[in-house]
Amino acid sequence: MSRDIAVLGAGMHPWGKWGRNFVEYGLAAARAALADAGLTWPDVQYVAGADTIRNGYPGFVSGATFAQALGWNGARVSSCYAACASGAQAISTARAQILAGLCDVALVVGADAAPKGFFKPVGGDRPDDPDWLRFRLLGATNPIYFALYARRRMAIHGATLDDFAAVKVKNARHGLANPNARYRKEVTLEDVRESAVVADPLRLLDICATSDGGAALVLTSMDFARKHGIADPVRLSGLSTVTPTFPKTVVDLPDFATDSALAVPEPERPFRASLAHAAYEEAGIGPDELSLAEVYDLSTALELDWYEDIGLCEVGGAEELLRSGATALGGRVPVNPSGGLASFGEAIPAQAIAQVCELTWQLRGQAEGRQVEGARAGIAVNQGLFGHGSAMIAVR
Amino acid sequence: MTTTAKKRLPAVEGWFTTESGDVRLLGTRCSSCGTPYFPRNELACRNPHCTGPKDGSELAEHALSARGRIWSYADSRYKPPAPYVSPDPFVPYTVAAVELDAEKMVVLGQVAPGHTVDDLEVGMEVELTEGVLYEDDEAEYTVWMWRPVQ
Repeated sequence: MSRDIAVLGAGMHPWGKWGRNFVEYGLAAARAALADAGLTWPDVQYVAGADTIRNGYPGFVSGATFAQALGWNGARVSSCYAACASGAQAISTARAQILAGLCDVALVVGADAAPKGFFKPVGGDRPDDPDWLRFRLLGATNPIYFALYARRRMAIHGATLDDFAAVKVKNARHGLANPNARYRKEVTLEDVRESAVVADPLRLLDICATSDGGAALVLTSMDFARKHGIADPVRLSGLSTVTPTFPKTVVDLPDFATDSALAVPEPERPFRASLAHAAYEEAGIGPDELSLAEVYDLSTALELDWYEDIGLCEVGGAEELLRSGATALGGRVPVNPSGGLASFGEAIPAQAIAQVCELTWQLRGQAEGRQVEGARAGIAVNQGLFGHGSAMIAVR
Repeated sequence: MTTTAKKRLPAVEGWFTTESGDVRLLGTRCSSCGTPYFPRNELACRNPHCTGPKDGSELAEHALSARGRIWSYADSRYKPPAPYVSPDPFVPYTVAAVELDAEKMVVLGQVAPGHTVDDLEVGMEVELTEGVLYEDDEAEYTVWMWRPVQ
């Protein structure tokens, strides 16, 4: 039995630092997605909200918040939080409802209004919360963890600072024509080299910013899409949100230590690779069939890790792949044709949804100025951190 | 500033010991499958294949190796947000992820002041020491820190 669902509509509110309420971004994205699908709000039977934890109570119950903003229509609702994978989790929830036959039309919405500077733990003195403790006892900000991965890559695989900078240059170029990207400006190797070191070896331009933004999708059953007159919709054919397998041997936010591999050997695939693997299994395709990938470039160096995790190359081959131009627009398998987090900055609950918006536009041939020619299949992967993550595969 | 020596207090209770002059990280270890944990896990062994009782009774206090090799390292050039307690002006600090051979795990820690990223390398042998994380009028608050083996 096919597990495909149709992506009928995609919509976004442009990323930026707009300084307005997150509900406004979500509402704009939801309306854009509905219009794109040729549907109206009363057609929606299920709303899945991806939560934001930095905007008070409305953010914790985002599904209802967006449903209220659109005008209560009696749709069933869910709200979920899964760190950076919240958007994927909301898509997963909607997909399950559709595949179970409980609804035909679902709307998924995520939006955020992000604070300036480093992400910090939610307020209050909480000495039994590892997220509070990592700041208190280590000063281990998010960039510190990203920098640990980057330095490790340099030592083990020979990555250079210029490789990291080249990822930024590539993604900035990709994002130039994307109307939803926050940064639409060419960046040179020199610009990256001259930007301040934040967490050695990473510089300011190696690390993604935090942004305001909103993204939404209208998902339907394949039957509904056909009846609606769309014979060949973009299909979501694989979606994985697997947890790590014990022992998790790469230190992840907010950990002080990895699991021990003393009693049980390391799993065959580390966490990020296992996310992609499960999605490939579900979709019944492999990395060779990809036309493009949207990967979570929280840092430039992490994009290189992803090349290996999603099987674009062998472990240790990412630098070579990048240098060959294969992952740039016009190359064999462009990575982050949207411009990635490098051009967007992260709007946490909206980001994984935005990745699927990009896959949708690419597969329809509507990604003006950044179109991957003849795109047939794409993967979007996300490291949610804290044990969450996602991989989604869309095909046409 | 007072001129008399301040009290030294651990910034966190029960995570490390400095008894007998040796700094050791205090975690727990499963008596059933042997899996060590840091920070201490007293709830239940998290190895899904472990056949122990998993009610916490299998977990006993365990001092981890005091030496390891650097898995990776990084520094912080900007003042992090609270609850990090930063001196004024801010002083950059270095963090190392250290692989413990015997435990087959990687443990994070700040690197003792005076050592920057330029002094470190992946694979370098380091050892534990105790260092001051922050201070107030009453006391200096300390944590475990890594330093190159001397």
